[in-house]
Amino acid sequence: MSDSALDMEVKAAPIKKRAEALSAVNRILRYSLVRIVMLFITVVIGIYLCVLIANMGGYVDEIRRGAIREEVSVAIFADQSPDIKSLTSEQKKELIEGRVALEVKRLGLDRPFIIRSFIFLKDAMTLNLGFAEQMVSDSGSKSVRLILLERLPPTLVLWGAANLLLFFLTLFIGLYLSRRYGSLLDKLTVALAPTSAAPGWFYGLFLILIFAAVLKVLPFGGMVDAPPPESKLMYALSLGKHLILPVSAVIIANVFLGAYNRRTFFLIYSQEDYVEMAKAKGLTDREIERKYVLRPTLPTIITQFALTIITLWTGAPILETVFNWPGLGRALYQAIGLYDTPVIVGSQVIYAYLLAFTVFLLDFIYALVDPRVRVGAGGRKA
Amino acid sequence: MSNLRELVRYPAAVVGLIMISVLIGVAVYALVALPYDEAVRLWRGGEAIWYNTPKKAAPVWTNWFREEDLPATITIDSADGAIAKTREQVSEDVTDIQFAYTFDYPYTTFPEDISIYFDTKYDEKPPHVSLTWLTPDGREIRIASMTTESTLVYRLDQDSKLERRLQLPDNVQSHMGLFMDPESEELVALPGTYTLQVSASVFEPESDVDAEVVIYGKVHGLAGTDHRRRDITVALLWGTPIALAFGLLAAIGTSVTTLVIAAIGTWYGGWVDALIQRITEVNLILPVLPILIMVGTFYSKSLWVILGVIILLGIFGGGIKTYRAIFLQVKESPYIEAAQAYGATDARIIFSYLLPRIIPTLVPNMVTLVPAFVFLEAALSVLGLGDPVMPTWGKVISDARVNGALYQGNYYWILQPSALLMLTGLAFSLVGFALDRIFNPRLRDR
Repeated sequence: MSDSALDMEVKAAPIKKRAEALSAVNRILRYSLVRIVMLFITVVIGIYLCVLIANMGGYVDEIRRGAIREEVSVAIFADQSPDIKSLTSEQKKELIEGRVALEVKRLGLDRPFIIRSFIFLKDAMTLNLGFAEQMVSDSGSKSVRLILLERLPPTLVLWGAANLLLFFLTLFIGLYLSRRYGSLLDKLTVALAPTSAAPGWFYGLFLILIFAAVLKVLPFGGMVDAPPPESKLMYALSLGKHLILPVSAVIIANVFLGAYNRRTFFLIYSQEDYVEMAKAKGLTDREIERKYVLRPTLPTIITQFALTIITLWTGAPILETVFNWPGLGRALYQAIGLYDTPVIVGSQVIYAYLLAFTVFLLDFIYALVDPRVRVGAGGRKA
Repeated sequence: MSNLRELVRYPAAVVGLIMISVLIGVAVYALVALPYDEAVRLWRGGEAIWYNTPKKAAPVWTNWFREEDLPATITIDSADGAIAKTREQVSEDVTDIQFAYTFDYPYTTFPEDISIYFDTKYDEKPPHVSLTWLTPDGREIRIASMTTESTLVYRLDQDSKLERRLQLPDNVQSHMGLFMDPESEELVALPGTYTLQVSASVFEPESDVDAEVVIYGKVHGLAGTDHRRRDITVALLWGTPIALAFGLLAAIGTSVTTLVIAAIGTWYGGWVDALIQRITEVNLILPVLPILIMVGTFYSKSLWVILGVIILLGIFGGGIKTYRAIFLQVKESPYIEAAQAYGATDARIIFSYLLPRIIPTLVPNMVTLVPAFVFLEAALSVLGLGDPVMPTWGKVISDARVNGALYQGNYYWILQPSALLMLTGLAFSLVGFALDRIFNPRLRDR
């Protein structure tokens, strides 16, 4: 009797553990699902607002109507077929008006704005972004979606590299400094923290000046050498060389403030009673840091970092422009120069998606590291 | 007030305050010495205002770091009266007018360019002018003879006849040929006193010839010039009040509106709070810079419109979450309960009891926000969406970048406005950091 009871207890332990793990996965999934739905609604509203802003006062419609008229009249005046050529200019004008009206109707431009705005919203959400007026994708297409999606990988490479590096750098420098509170390095970081007032592109100008213009050791900008190297290895090396300056610019602009914030945060947390308790128990410094300082602060750090990344995204167009990086931001800059409305509105949509995706990704990591989500207790902070 | 006095204890804050005072001083000086209309005229006036300054000339102070000075611009106008003219009647219809410009050229570097701006008076028959160049070593070079209509501009380097006559190597322009030291192996200018002789024949008794000779140098003014010959000093001076006003207004505008919204949300709670929270989340994923770019491209590039949009987009900024957390604590304080007990209105509680409690968080936040907006304005200018009328630092950087200042080595062009931007950013950032430590004592012993 007693034997079997013991047996059952032994068996139950791993099952219980597994059940716990399962419910944790469940909670994380449910949490993520709720977040996805919330974010999706947020994205819909965000993009709708973008559409409204883009079309405030029907300005975009005006532009589109102008483009239609232009297209139609060019087509008619260039038409060499006898029955159109023989028309008088009066008749031609009438023909143009008729065709413009038809085209306007076909595109739904004659419907009330509310309905039109929802058509735009649906188009934007499904990335049905129309055709560029001037810009052409590398593959020769005028589709805004292709133009922008083609620019997405360079942007992700640049900002992925910069953000990852920044996150771990600030985390480890912050930890290191909190261990050596009051040292020269610590004081230096505190003193340098205000330099983060200037954004990355600003430091980028200096980096270009020093390393490209004066020392001539690194390229002025661009993503790979021209012509692009044939072999994969050389391509990667060339990409790496071009990444150095823009990534450094982002790092220089953010690392001091980031490290300073982390360090202050760790210092505050390492004064908590439970840390004192752990010290009294005689745990090693590393263990205390890992289990009692890093662990409880990580969710907050991730939330803070999410805000940093969002600010960095905002600065993307300008940094990419300064470094001639062939990403989304530069496409936006080129579109401004060419006054290419569909591309400008389209990149707006892509940026909204990117921001939402960033928020979701960090939320997901947050769910992974925050015990409150896993255990499912008092998870009010979301 | 005692908090402000405490600021002096932080050396970094003192440095920051001094920097802010200097900037305010410059801003006031710009507003007083160079009224807005005058600044706009100097910046956008056109060739008539800039013609006698060189293109892309470095600032004068760069000469301090050079072994040999670069030439400054030399401008001599015969209409000033400093140059003696001789008039001699040669025949019944023809009068000869002779005058000479004599000037010192102490440099071994060549000037940038030479142009002669004629201003001649005649009724029907324009005067005929010939120009001769005398070098310090006694050579005499015939430059050109021409019929000068009332406002002729003679640009030396564009005269192909002169170029052929001087028989110069390919890389040497005509104006360099006039200054070239023929004895030297290297391509250097001969320092000394040069003379440009003008002899004109006029064909009417009332007819007269005047000319302004401009020998464009390679340095100009305190800040140099840009690709359109404009004096960058104007933009640097005027950029200061614009940057300060823009940064301060945007920072105050966004943080105060955010604060009020957060206070209202926490006080009423319930659906108001929930709504505000949701709007904040939507606002977070609105791409701010692309929206500003769109506004700039489609509607107006005016700085004040952009400022308004920034404040609008900032109302539901990330600050709401921070403020909300503090308000939630304050809301439970006994004095709020007391205020409710004696029948204070909601508005009174929000504005007189809740808001003042948050000033310690607000002030450092606000000061630290200023640089972000100053740089945002610069960023928009670099993207080509700067205010079309006002001269700003960002527009100088933008012009410099577009015109290849980094490739061609006109570093002053980019470095000067950047230095000012950095100064502004650092100044507010330093003060903001110190304020943060004073108002939030939890950080103080750190």
